[in-house]
Amino acid sequence: MAMKSDASREPFHLSMLFNDTRYRARTIQVLAFIMLVLAAAWLVDNTVRNLAALGKDFSFGFLWATAGYDISPHAIDYSSTSTHARAALVGLLNTVIVAALACVTATILGVLAGVLRLSDNWIVARLMTAYVESFRNVPALLWIIVAAAVMSEAMPAPNAFRGENPTTSMILWDSIAITNRGIYLPVPEFSLSLGQINIGLSVLDLNSVAIFGVLAFSLLVRRGLVKHAQRLQSATGRRPATWWKSLLVCTVPMIALFYTLGFHFDYPALKGLNFSGGLQLRNSFIALWIGLSVYTGAFIAEIVRSGILAISRGQTEAAHALGLSSGRTMRLVILPQALRVIVPPLISQYLNITKNTSLGLAVGYMDLRSTLGGITINQTGRELEGMLLMMLIYVGISLIISGVMNIYNDRVRLKER
Amino acid sequence: MKMMIALAAIAAATLTTGVASAGTMADVQARGKLNCGVTGGQAGFSAPDASGVWQGMDVAYCRAIAAAVLKDPKAVNFVPTTGQTRFTALASGEIDILSRTTTWTFSRDVDLKFTFAGINFYDGQGFMVPKTLGAKSAKDLNGATICIQTGTTTELNLAEYFRKNGMTYEPVPVENNADIAQKYLAGACDVYTSDGSDLASTRSSFKNPQDHIILPDVISKEPLAPLVRQGDDQWADVARWTLNALIEAEELGVTAENVEKLSTGTDNPEINRLLGKEGDLGQQLGLDAAWAKRAIAAEGNYGEIFAKNIGEKTPIGLARGQNALWNQGGLMYPLPFR
Repeated sequence: MAMKSDASREPFHLSMLFNDTRYRARTIQVLAFIMLVLAAAWLVDNTVRNLAALGKDFSFGFLWATAGYDISPHAIDYSSTSTHARAALVGLLNTVIVAALACVTATILGVLAGVLRLSDNWIVARLMTAYVESFRNVPALLWIIVAAAVMSEAMPAPNAFRGENPTTSMILWDSIAITNRGIYLPVPEFSLSLGQINIGLSVLDLNSVAIFGVLAFSLLVRRGLVKHAQRLQSATGRRPATWWKSLLVCTVPMIALFYTLGFHFDYPALKGLNFSGGLQLRNSFIALWIGLSVYTGAFIAEIVRSGILAISRGQTEAAHALGLSSGRTMRLVILPQALRVIVPPLISQYLNITKNTSLGLAVGYMDLRSTLGGITINQTGRELEGMLLMMLIYVGISLIISGVMNIYNDRVRLKER
Repeated sequence: MKMMIALAAIAAATLTTGVASAGTMADVQARGKLNCGVTGGQAGFSAPDASGVWQGMDVAYCRAIAAAVLKDPKAVNFVPTTGQTRFTALASGEIDILSRTTTWTFSRDVDLKFTFAGINFYDGQGFMVPKTLGAKSAKDLNGATICIQTGTTTELNLAEYFRKNGMTYEPVPVENNADIAQKYLAGACDVYTSDGSDLASTRSSFKNPQDHIILPDVISKEPLAPLVRQGDDQWADVARWTLNALIEAEELGVTAENVEKLSTGTDNPEINRLLGKEGDLGQQLGLDAAWAKRAIAAEGNYGEIFAKNIGEKTPIGLARGQNALWNQGGLMYPLPFR
């Protein structure tokens, strides 16, 4: 003991920074940090000097210049006379739209495949194994290109719908046209529209506001109904049937609203060279959506399977002992517990989907990578600024997704008190 | 401790390596190869043939420069680029010269900091449609679905043309030529728009070229020119005057066949200056006297290159038109060698 306290009182030498275990760890950290800073400084300095040698400056002014190119689809008002910033925003929205849809479908597909892969039915389980293994082990880009090729090579051109004896026709009572340029769907329209109001970047459609309002009201009433039923059940032991009340509450106000707004469908129709009217889901969009969904769905299936396998077999047996059917056991006992294993890796899959939307470039989907990171950079020559901005945006989206999912994870996590 | 020193040494070494290079010509000569950016495959302009050798107008120009600078027309690395990657490839030094049906525009010259070597093909944007579409002019294309190469002037011209004429269209952006041909043939777009030369080249690669027509409307000027990075005047001069030499050779009747004989001296002082018999033009460029002779011997003069790759006797079948010499009603006007 005495020896040790003597050692600590020993006067400090510079060599102790390396020889004394008490200081060495810190010294190494400080040196590593200095080297990291030097490397970063060198990178920045090198970039600045190279830009200067090329005679270029560093500025984001190009964002306010006229873009000059067309983008379709565009979720907000856009024309070729808009600015590059707006083009980037249109691209960003396209990225978000396809990412959100692909997240939803991949999750549905993944949960189904994951659960079915554990099925007792040999054929179903093997089919799901085949799906998971084949889709997981082929690059996402190939699935996207395959989907695009099938759409553009195997489907009929709009011309085939024309004439006295068309070689093909629209399906579902002439309402949906599947062509090699995309799928044309009927789109709901209102003859007594409430109109739109302009709010800064975009226009707000009052019809959708009304629909959302009514929907929120219906859901609120339904929640009250369920709560009431629960109270009654705990008080008397008898639960009143709520399903028909719920159905009524959810449908009647909506139908009434649709009727007053003059709801009807706008059907796609051949006009000029193409179908017009209705909603066009472009090939590039469908290919990207399907490709990303089936690819990521296979990964999610594995995550779901591992989550289910993580729950002890005793839980299933206990549930069965209580008389719960297999389906209810899965829905009420296993999956809720599995979620705490499933959610963290699921977050990464959602991030992957979002980042992989940039593969849309291969099929001509105009996402952020194609607008800001492609045409804008090419027309303005601002590679560095464009790439930095794009990286910043992707980081932003990813952080938002992981933030939201982490909040959800906190809620489904096993509560330990 | 030792590892520390090694790391520090590596860091120091990296810090000293950002030294600026000498001129591009010195780099090329030291390397012994010319890095030439071309299209990924556009018949007649630059595409590998059946045996994998690059052929075409743009390719021939790079071979001429390699012959002038490196004395070997085969000393070229051809780097395929797309409409979107070409400028980055040039600016970053991945290629020494871009010879790729690129339109000479103000912003590329001034804002993107490039130097164009002179126009090697006068072109204009047009439209190709299947005969079955029944369109007779670009004005019939309202509402059409149009395939375009992204990152090109084509994209901007198209948007402008349709806006000016109050028409709408549905753009299908595609990254490279081969994809466009496949999409267009599958009917995923009604129309393919590009430079007239590209349309002719793409059509020549179809199985049934006669089923497709190129509409008469030309909606833009597209002066195609090879380009180099701005700020290296010597290299830009080499690029500019090699192109000039090829056109001048056609005007003077110097061909790949007779260049050897004419270089021993003629009674035409212009030919003598061009081929290095008189004066010291080669030396002024930083090359030897026979630079132009080698450049012309590589693939022939401008007229020969044109006829061999895209002329009327080839599947692409382009007439000389605007690209004839100035004294034959065209726009090709070589600058004087003196």
